[in-house]
Parts: sequence; structure tokens; C-alpha cells
Amino acid sequence: MSESNNVLVRVHDVDKVFRRGSEEVHVLGGAHLEMPDGEFLALMGPSGSGKSTLLNLIGGLDRPSEGTVEVGGLRIDRLSDRKLAGWRARHIGLVFQFYNLLPVLTAERNVELPLLLTHLSRAERRKHVAAALGVVGLKDRSQHYPRQLSGGEQQRVGIARAIVTDPTILLCDEPTGDLDRTSSDEILNLLSALNEEQGKTIMMVTHDPHAAARASRTLYLDKGKLATEPEE
Amino acid sequence: MKYLHLLWRNLTRKKLRTVLTVLAILVAFLLFGYLSAVRQAFNMGIEVAGADRLIVRHKVSIIQFLPISYERRMEQIEGVADAVHQTWFGGVYQEPKNFFAQMPVEPVEFLEMYPEYVLEPPEYEAFLNTRTGAITGVTTAERFGWKVGDRIPIEATIWSKKDGTRTWEFDLVGIYEGAEKGTDTTGFFFRYDYFDEARAWGEGNVGWYTVRIDDPDRAAEIAEAIDREFANSPAETKAEPEGAFMQGFAKQIGDVAAIVTAIVTMAFFTMLLVTGNTMAQSVRERIGELGVLKALGFTHRGVLGLVLAESCLIAVLGGALGLALAAWLVSFGDPTPTASLPIFYFPARDVVIGVVLIFLLGLAAGFFPALRALRLQTADALRR
Repeated sequence: MSESNNVLVRVHDVDKVFRRGSEEVHVLGGAHLEMPDGEFLALMGPSGSGKSTLLNLIGGLDRPSEGTVEVGGLRIDRLSDRKLAGWRARHIGLVFQFYNLLPVLTAERNVELPLLLTHLSRAERRKHVAAALGVVGLKDRSQHYPRQLSGGEQQRVGIARAIVTDPTILLCDEPTGDLDRTSSDEILNLLSALNEEQGKTIMMVTHDPHAAARASRTLYLDKGKLATEPEE
Repeated sequence: MKYLHLLWRNLTRKKLRTVLTVLAILVAFLLFGYLSAVRQAFNMGIEVAGADRLIVRHKVSIIQFLPISYERRMEQIEGVADAVHQTWFGGVYQEPKNFFAQMPVEPVEFLEMYPEYVLEPPEYEAFLNTRTGAITGVTTAERFGWKVGDRIPIEATIWSKKDGTRTWEFDLVGIYEGAEKGTDTTGFFFRYDYFDEARAWGEGNVGWYTVRIDDPDRAAEIAEAIDREFANSPAETKAEPEGAFMQGFAKQIGDVAAIVTAIVTMAFFTMLLVTGNTMAQSVRERIGELGVLKALGFTHRGVLGLVLAESCLIAVLGGALGLALAAWLVSFGDPTPTASLPIFYFPARDVVIGVVLIFLLGLAAGFFPALRALRLQTADALRR
């Protein structure tokens, strides 16, 4: 995945239409976005503006009704469901607001989940999992179940799961939205470190200006338009 | 195998629900396994019946006698290799509940006709040389604790002796084993010459004949020839393949196979609903988690496979335990106090059918929940 002009994500004239009964709701209305490799981008905007929808389109979790989505030079909107799933497994790390850990699995097994889709042996998987848990500082909590962890710790496990496959881009949907200030800062420090020290490209949807301030660039999405400043 | 941990942890998420479902499946397969043995018992002899053997009985009923002279006449019919007779003795050993079949036979011809009754050579010789000699199967010998050399008194209910008494005494000279698993080892056979000379009435008459034919493909044709030979005589015959005869005998009690099939079908249908409901509930509760799996890169088919595998795992747990328990219970043998089911075992064919049913149940029960999981759109599932 390399781009000659260093643009990793290119969203062009994208729209997503949702149906509510007989009514059609256009969420993005022809949005454009370019995101260079290695950037930490924060995406802000009012509720319902389409931030998460844009994130889902870039992550291949959903398909645009119109327009194109290109990541690493690949038109992911053209991929079949099966190829898109495979692409997601290799290139996308997802961090959710409510962590989305499987409650029946330990932290270690949760982090291992994406690796089940690879051909790695159990021993190799465990090695990768230990490294990922080490990055988020939770090596000693690997055998704990989500219910035995605090919100901040669960989100760190979520980040470990997102980075364990060494993805091309990390997509974080309000990663601090469910956390107190201290935990929130820990998570933001971690994301900053991943971006600065490991060069991870990160796109983070947030409502929190304090979180957005940690990003290298902030865009505001409203009524389908992306802007560098919020609309008055 | 790498998904086994995930499947197992999902199953143990609601332990009580899983345990109850597994128990319900266990009961269904226990029923299936045990009733398979019962059905096999009622089909006694049908499957081990010789394809080259016909049974010839009186046309009216098996309790009507046939003349012993028929033996030679039958042996002259083209295609008939040999004919031997048997007669129902119907005696009681000690008390009526100690039921087992007893028949007078011609030792040499009879054991040639039924090679599945395996006797040690010295016991065979003793049978030929002892006028009051008798042989019995290992099941009956074990049941009453008999051993070779014992004198067995049997009280006749049909055949009184010429001296007016009803007690027949036999010297047990041999205990036979079955050559194959389904062989009936409960029979008690004694010499026809002793019986014929001592009985008070019916001399020169026998109960039925077993006829060995040269070519099993000509069974119907030869049976017709036999019946034709004795048509319009005082004792007309009905000849039929041994398997058909056994089946007709079993059906006098009722169509046990149909009854068993009906019970098992109902049990499985109920199981399908129970397991299907468990899986549907389980998937409904985990829509978000299934969405996460898809978001992480699991394909739609991969998630479908996981749900089906989970359903099959429940079915395997319950089904394997049920079949194992059934096999264990069946290993205790005939459950009737009167030993009415001498061939009582869990047939290998039904074990295979049981295993196939386990997977069919798992796939069928998981089908609709898996379909739902397959159709789940990732972004929609994550929003829930």
C-alpha cells in the first residue's frame, strides 16, 4: 500500500443515502477528503452529520451510494463483500466508542481475534498478542475478562486488537466518548504515540475538542461539507 | 480448530440454557439409541436370515403340523439343496417367566443348515451320541447358570409323554456361540428321535421346515414350486424366504419399526425446535458482536460458518452423550424380565445414522439463525 503523492485515503464526491420509510436521507452529499499517510486526523461535527458514516466508508464497513473511496490506491467501493472483508482484516484497525470486546473472551483472546483470520500458528499469534498488549501497557492483564477491566483498560485492549495486525490505518469512532478525563488522556496519549512513534495513520471521530486538539489536523463535517473551521 | 475456543466460550455464555439444551438433545439421542436396540430386537433374525433359506409352514397357520414325509419330497424339487424340520416344544423351565424357545431337531442336518450356531467339536460329537442330549445358546446358559453336563428338566405344555408324564429331562451336552453379532443365542435344541419316540401324540409330524436353496435369486420360483408340490393335499404349505417369515413373525406384535420411527421423529422434531430456539436467541443477543467480527474482517460466510459450527457443537455434545449413554444402557442386555428380546444390541448401522442425525440436527437448527447472521450488514449491526 503506497501512494506516490503520499495520499493514503482519497474520498471523492461521496454520498450515502439512508431510507427512512419512503423518505431518502442524503448523509454526506458529495464529500471530498484526502488524507496523507501518517496523518492523525480528527473529524468533528454535530450528531447526525455523517462522521461515523464517513469513517465506515473509509473502513469498508459500508458502501457509498455515490462517489469513490480509495485507500492506498485501491478503489475499495468496487470490491466484492468477500474481498472487502479480507482487505479490512489486513489494512484496517478499528477502535469503537464502547470498546466492543467480546465479553466471553479474555483480553488476550479478544486481541487475538483478528489474527484468527491469518495463517499464523497459535504460538505466533500469542507472540503478536503479547506485543500488542505490551504497547498498550496491559501485558499483565491479558487473562482478565472485559468485565474485570476498567473502561480505560477495555479501550486499551480495543486498541491492542486494532493494532495487532499492524494495519495501514487506524479508524477510531469516538474512542474517548465513554471515558472519564484521566482515562481519556491515557487513550489519547496512546494514539498520539502510535502516530508519532510508529507512524500510524489515524482518523478519529470525536465530539471532544480536547481530544481533537491532540490530532495533527481537524476537519469539521456538517451538511455534507468538510471544513477546517466549524460553521458558525 | 482455532475457532474452537471462540465457539466453546460462546456456548458457555449462558450456561444454564446450554446445559438444558444439551440435556434435551441427550434425551432425544438416548431414546434414539435405545429404541434402535428395541427395533433390532423385534426384527430378530430378519437381518441375519440366510438369503438362501426358505421357511415352509402349514398354509393355514404355523401351529398346524406338516408330515415329516415332506422333507424327502421337498429335497427332490429342483433347486432345493436340503430341508430340515423343527417343531415348537413350548416347555417351561422351573416357572413360566423363564421363557426360551425349545425345538427338537435332527442334529447333523440342523447344524449344517445353521452354520451360525458354533459348537466345539467335542460338544458336537456328544450331541450326535447322546439320545437325551441338548444344546443351548450361550445367552440362555448364562441366564440360568447352566454348564455342560447339567441335567435340565423341562415341563411340557403341549407335548406329554407316552408314560403320561410331562417332565422331559435333557442332558446339556453343548453350549453354542453365535457366528455373528445378531445371531440368536437363546435357543434350546434337542434330538428329534428322542422327542418323536417319547411323545404321546403327533408322531411323524413336525412344525415347519427350513429349506436351503441353490440359488437365492430363484427363491420366489422355488417357493412356488414347493407350494405347488403340496397343493390340494391335507397339509398345504406356504413357503417364503426366511427374512420375510421372520418379519411376518415380528409384525404379529405390531409394526415396531414404524412405532419406533414415529417416536424418534417426534423427539427429533421437538429437538429441532428447542435447539433452533436456543441458536436464534443466542444470535439475537449477539448481533453487535457478530457485527464486530465482520468489522474485524470475518466474511459473511465465515460468520455463517461460526453460527452453524456452534449449533453443531451443541448437537454433538448432546448427541454424543446421548448415544454413549444409550450404548451403555443397551450393554446391560435384554431389559425384559422374561428375556423376550434375545437379540438386544445397538447396531453399528444405527450408530452411524445417529452420528449423521447429530450433524443434520445441528445444521437444521442453526440454519435460520446462521442465515440471519449471514445477511447482517456490518455497519447496521454495529449501530445496534
